[in-house]
Amino acid sequence: MSQAVGINFKKSSVDAFIAGLMALVLFGPIVGVVLDGYGFNAEFGRVAWIVAVVAVGRFVMSSFLQTEKGIALAFRYANSDDGVTVLPPGHKSKMIWIIPLVIAVGLLIPFIASKYVLTVIILGLIYVLLGLGLNIVVGLAGLLDLGFVGFYAIGAYGLALGYENLGLGFWSMLPIAAILAAFAGAILGFPVLRMHGDYLAIVTLGFGEIIRLILTNWASFTHGPNGVSAPLPTFFGLEFKRRSRDGETFHEFFNIPYDSAYKYMFIYIVLFAVVWAVLFIKHRLVKMPIGRAWEALREDEIACRSLGLNHVLVKLSAFMIGASTGGLAGVFFATYQGFVNPSSFTFFESALILAIVVLGGMGSTLGVVIAAFCLTVLPEMLREFAEYRVLMFGILMVVMMIWKPRGIVRVTRTGFSPKKGVVK
Amino acid sequence: MNQENILAVENLVMHFGGIKALNDVTFDIKRGSVSALIGPNGAGKTTVFNCLTGFYKATGGKIQLSAGGKETSIIKVLGEPFKATDFISPASFASRLKYKMFGGSHLVNRAGLSRTFQNIRLFKEMSVIENLLVAQHMLVNRSLIAGILNTKGYKKAEEEALERAFYWLGVVDLVDSANRLAGELSYGQQRRLEIARAMCTNPEIVCLDEPAAGLNPSETEALTKMIRVLRDEHNTTVLLIEHDMGMVMDISDYIVVLDHGEVIAKGGPDDIKSNPKVIAAYLGAEEGEEVTL
Repeated sequence: MSQAVGINFKKSSVDAFIAGLMALVLFGPIVGVVLDGYGFNAEFGRVAWIVAVVAVGRFVMSSFLQTEKGIALAFRYANSDDGVTVLPPGHKSKMIWIIPLVIAVGLLIPFIASKYVLTVIILGLIYVLLGLGLNIVVGLAGLLDLGFVGFYAIGAYGLALGYENLGLGFWSMLPIAAILAAFAGAILGFPVLRMHGDYLAIVTLGFGEIIRLILTNWASFTHGPNGVSAPLPTFFGLEFKRRSRDGETFHEFFNIPYDSAYKYMFIYIVLFAVVWAVLFIKHRLVKMPIGRAWEALREDEIACRSLGLNHVLVKLSAFMIGASTGGLAGVFFATYQGFVNPSSFTFFESALILAIVVLGGMGSTLGVVIAAFCLTVLPEMLREFAEYRVLMFGILMVVMMIWKPRGIVRVTRTGFSPKKGVVK
Repeated sequence: MNQENILAVENLVMHFGGIKALNDVTFDIKRGSVSALIGPNGAGKTTVFNCLTGFYKATGGKIQLSAGGKETSIIKVLGEPFKATDFISPASFASRLKYKMFGGSHLVNRAGLSRTFQNIRLFKEMSVIENLLVAQHMLVNRSLIAGILNTKGYKKAEEEALERAFYWLGVVDLVDSANRLAGELSYGQQRRLEIARAMCTNPEIVCLDEPAAGLNPSETEALTKMIRVLRDEHNTTVLLIEHDMGMVMDISDYIVVLDHGEVIAKGGPDDIKSNPKVIAAYLGAEEGEEVTL
């Protein structure tokens, strides 16, 4: 970039003119014509302002991009999607400072946020869990799974039906649901994991639908579309209800007035802890032999087999661990809603979770966390545009795929410092 | 266990529908030798390789690998169809069912045979060192609990794996590129990395599919030296497919020549050079000409 830099004002002016013209075409009818009963008033002033702002802005931007700094910026941006980078050995992640900060803020949230904000954040965290689970399957092992919602449903219905039929509460169902979902993953996985790519995607899509249809139609067990109520978590046996049939409730024990927000605070804190545990396990898994095997399998299955890796078992382990995370998320979803029915587990949910993974960056933990919050919290903030939610969602996906096809956060790989080689 | 021959191929037949890719191929590979499989294009060399390494299920014949202190039938570990006698003897039924469900080419590698590929198959988006760590999957501590808790035993196993990886990087002269992505390496480096990766699985016999393809003469020279190191310092048997006759004649102790799915000659380099059948297969009818492809 040592070429002589001179700002070509003629080019900038032309750019500005074109941008202004486009703004005129676009905003002219929208802003300039205001209906007044059956007639209309022309508002030239407003249009002129908008067009002027756009034209001046384009002029400034065009000039800036011709300066040395601007060229450097454009150059860096154009090269920003060149894939994975390997960190130098001994790289210290800035996360060491950010993580304690996030934990501290996260622990303060239930005491400062309103009940509504808290429920939105709980939903966000549930999607973080789902995103992390699917990220193992899609992002690391490279198995396109379109039926992930099936495992989510198994977790949620596991809690509701386990409580109804076996009297198992939240705490016992939390691990059992995870195991149940993993088991379902194994049953689905074993016969189908010999296929890959599109075929696997279709089979998993079918699996998700099968689960939903069973939940809808097996009315004697699942109560069909009417749904089932799910229990709340208990705090060492203390319930979060206003009154309890057996024993004391939380507010009676601590002698505080009843508040329905307590249960959300408690769910939030438990969920927050579980999310951190899953994040930690995911962080370890990626560095472990099993995580390496998943990524190797994504890169080249035939080479993996030639190196003695049993590809079916490696895929199965990814499927099972991903599914169990989905099951955990399902338990939290059921207890947070207090009620589950099959309409919460449609294909749209699967697509949403997949979008979280793709948007966040395949295999990137931080990216998935950010994307999960974006895709669940933003729709809540933009309640007025609720009808256009899916449209905006689609536009967001298209724009992301064009500008950042590898997701928000790029994957980096750990570097290893050279050692003296020894062979035994 | 056969002490002399590490690999015994008997009457190997491979049909793809109506096409007979291999007809009755028989040869033995001696332990500790460098052997080459040569032949004109389409002779079936890579098909033999794929049968040996378990990527194709041979239509007929026997492949016996004696490595790691035991005999392994490569056809058997890939999972054979049930036979009538299996339904009488539960033990053989169980073993056949086991190989049918969990068998596959990975068992061939675990039995002590590793391979490289004609079109390089590295894990391109992983770093060079990670490629070698993946290859040691069966040698490291794979316990989930130990890994998550980062126990002492786990750390030690990982450390050893890293040391072994750096050793092989040293052998193929890639230590400086340890932290680069495998896909970023030059072609020659990728070829060498693939050999190092195959060696990281601790094989007794390594099958190299056209290791010198696309290398310049000095790189081929270095490769020849490396193959000798594998044989002399690591007691590894090497079986290679190669078109570079200079290199083949230079390093091999034993050569098997294939043409149209049949073995047309076997023997030492000097025998092969003067074998009229081989010359005819390579050059057409004209006899008496030296093979200088």
